[in-house]
Amino acid sequence: MSIQVQNIHKAFGDFIALGDVSLDFPTGELVALLGPSGCGKTTLLRIIAGLESADSGRVLLDGEDASDTHVRERHVGFVFQHYALFRHMSVFDNVAFGLRMKPRSQRPSEKAISAKVHDLLKLVQLDWLADRFPSQLSGGQRQRIALARALAVEPRVLLLDEPFGALDAKVRKELRRWLRRLHDELHITSIFVTHDQEEALEVADRVVLMDHGHVEQIGTPEEVYRHPTTPFVYGFLGAVNPFSGRIEGETVRVGEDVLPHGASDFAHGDEVIAFARPHELDIVTAAASTEGVAARIARILAFGVTARIELDGLNGSTGQHFEVELTRTRVEELGLHEGQPVRLLPSRLRVFAR
Amino acid sequence: MAGATALHAKADHAARFESRSATREPTWVKWTLIGVSLTFFALFLLMPLIAVFVEALRKGWDTYLAALVEPDALSAIRLTLIAAAIAVPLNLVFGVSAAWAITKFNFRGKHFLITLIDLPFSVSPVVAGLIYVLLFGAQGWFGPWLAEHDLKVIFAVPGIVLATVFVTFPFIARELIPLMQAQGKEEEEAAVVLGANGWQTFWYVTLPNIKWGLLYGVILTNARAMGEFGAVSVVSGHIRGLTNTMPLHVEILYNEYQFAASFAVASLLALLALVTLCIKTWIEHQAGRDS
Repeated sequence: MSIQVQNIHKAFGDFIALGDVSLDFPTGELVALLGPSGCGKTTLLRIIAGLESADSGRVLLDGEDASDTHVRERHVGFVFQHYALFRHMSVFDNVAFGLRMKPRSQRPSEKAISAKVHDLLKLVQLDWLADRFPSQLSGGQRQRIALARALAVEPRVLLLDEPFGALDAKVRKELRRWLRRLHDELHITSIFVTHDQEEALEVADRVVLMDHGHVEQIGTPEEVYRHPTTPFVYGFLGAVNPFSGRIEGETVRVGEDVLPHGASDFAHGDEVIAFARPHELDIVTAAASTEGVAARIARILAFGVTARIELDGLNGSTGQHFEVELTRTRVEELGLHEGQPVRLLPSRLRVFAR
Repeated sequence: MAGATALHAKADHAARFESRSATREPTWVKWTLIGVSLTFFALFLLMPLIAVFVEALRKGWDTYLAALVEPDALSAIRLTLIAAAIAVPLNLVFGVSAAWAITKFNFRGKHFLITLIDLPFSVSPVVAGLIYVLLFGAQGWFGPWLAEHDLKVIFAVPGIVLATVFVTFPFIARELIPLMQAQGKEEEEAAVVLGANGWQTFWYVTLPNIKWGLLYGVILTNARAMGEFGAVSVVSGHIRGLTNTMPLHVEILYNEYQFAASFAVASLLALLALVTLCIKTWIEHQAGRDS
């Protein structure tokens, strides 16, 4: 089922949680709502579920206006960050809850319910836990049970609110992959909220980036990562090195230094901010070179496959810190050492108007 | 009033605190504190309790039993049970609705309601009784209207029930509000998303989560309802065999120098207190095991 939200506006007192947000979630896709905390992503998800009401705007489920439909008639599955399992019920009873609450005329027989619950528990690979209570499960198991419980009523859409937010890093990674596989099996329209860009990029078909109650960019993980359209998106999706400067022909002038950029749509003299990711910067040691931004090496961290070099800006960018990622062989080749003055040369530069 | 579950969580803290030399206090501190509390307990709690039973049985079993089956005593017991049987369910319904309203909804005047619930705690029971006399007494606001319709509230059973309901008002709500606040409303939200209606959500999700706290509140309400003296004394009129509850009956007997009979009835109330304590401990144990 498709979901559309149209001109949703929501304020809590003076704080605008959502300012005129319109989005389209096509059938069968797994979409991530990504943004820093307080950007309105959870509020939007709760409005779609009906747990929160918008001040204005509409929610369309399958093309029908659902703004006045009660939560229990929306047929959505909702997974909470802190699981919200019924603590006094066994795992089995938790998953069976939605089926048992149906009006008598639509309620399946206890035998059918039992079969369905066991199917779902098999789907989340936790069939052997049916008789346990939530307090006896690990966080990852609880969240999988919560998902099975949400799926039991055959929801038309699945909404997940920071589903892995309360789990430790290793379990998170595992569950991420597992959620993706599950979605590929079920093809149910799903929206999940996260503040973890890696999680969003890895799991989702499409990513919606939000900040301060507004949608910043929508696209496939590849698109938003490769072609961020705003400084916020660029900064949010990975480590960045910002350079404030002015366009001068085919270069960006940063203080006394010059960064090569190539032809662009900007006019001569435009104030811009240029970004480069750590792996898009190279280090030049030759004293004669005049290209690139001057910096001094502060620390070399060479314990991974790649080495990370932290630098302090010099001249025009004093007080700024930069981060460069090089291969270890390249570090040895250049003979870098801490305290050495060098120049930073970007291989790729994203430039935004200031 | 500590929550039924709160006491338990801290139980093994003490053991850990003492087993470590870094946090252990000198032995004399430990034994002084234990000594002081036990002395107080013996002097002010245990001795009176023993005294009640000793005095009650001073003239032997026969006098004891005779004092209990005497018609006036039976009528007092019956009235006490009736007052409790009405006050407890009423406050059960009220307490649960108030706690539900306060913890699951946002509305204007919420803080005012919370303050109001505490009123019976802060008002002297005698004043509480007086309020009802001023409202429903012969010269009270509704007095003439009641007289016209031949209804009797003050110096009758309805007055006693009203006074009992008033003084036991806060117990259940006060017990449930912190408990329900701590539990939040996520489970209820989950239930509603899964298609449960309001009643199903309450019955299958909320109630099982608060059952021990609720039972604890009921026990406290019941103990207070049966033991209330001040408010009931003002509205009762002390008509023997008609408007005397057990505590009032104890006082009357005592004033008439029938000490053995007086203590015999008092021993029933003391027994009730002991039973209440036992149930309370059992509930705390159950709640501790559940969580």
